[in-house]
Amino acid sequence: MASKIKVKAKLSGDVAEIKSLMLHPMETGARKDPDTGELVPAHYITQLTFTNNGETVMVANFSTAVSKNPYFGFSFSGAKAGDTLKVSWVDNQGATDELETVLN
Amino acid sequence: MDVGKRLLLKGGVALTVLAALPRTLLAATWPEKAFAATEADAAMSTLFGTNQAAPSDQITLKVPAIAENGAVVPVTISTTLGNVESISIVVENNPRPLAASFEIPTGTLPNVSSRIKMGETSDVIAVVKTDTGLYRTSRQVKVTIGGCGG
Repeated sequence: MASKIKVKAKLSGDVAEIKSLMLHPMETGARKDPDTGELVPAHYITQLTFTNNGETVMVANFSTAVSKNPYFGFSFSGAKAGDTLKVSWVDNQGATDELETVLN
Repeated sequence: MDVGKRLLLKGGVALTVLAALPRTLLAATWPEKAFAATEADAAMSTLFGTNQAAPSDQITLKVPAIAENGAVVPVTISTTLGNVESISIVVENNPRPLAASFEIPTGTLPNVSSRIKMGETSDVIAVVKTDTGLYRTSRQVKVTIGGCGG
């Protein structure tokens, strides 16, 4: 399946500014299905990890309080054109998604 | 050699191995208990071992003063503090106050942004952990429509 992660990376000098967007329902487990009245089970990304050329540059730990279709932005130094940035997440139900992009 | 001494030696070796592991391997555990805490103080104690954080004007917390939609509240945190190890977002009045915690390896800039849900009007606390301790700054966000489904 094609990745549902979108990443934009902007290099200025050796600093890479990363903006990422994930498609995920981020269900809290406290919301009722309006049709059935049943609680919708919690379903949310727990950990989002970024590596640059295999080296971890960010680990974001999420709770259900991160908005649906999460946005996350950060910056790291020591980046250069041609580096491979990998984004991956895992959710509380064990699902995963990942995306690789080359900095330029 | 007596048993006690041998145990001590073994323990020493194990500690050395642990210390030699890359920092990222140790850090990559999702802090389940801290996220489950229902009070801000308890969440901080569980995550950091203490809920005492020194107020700091070297932390910039950008949040809207009024959020029309509590389901999507943009939060940006940056700091000029040195040797930052992690940045966390705590929403005092949320049912589970710890919203997110970001681990900052050396080389990553202490500047993160995301979007969070807020059930009601609350203080949002940015907690920055550095090699010298815990620092915080907070701002109130007025929520007109809650973001927790209701």
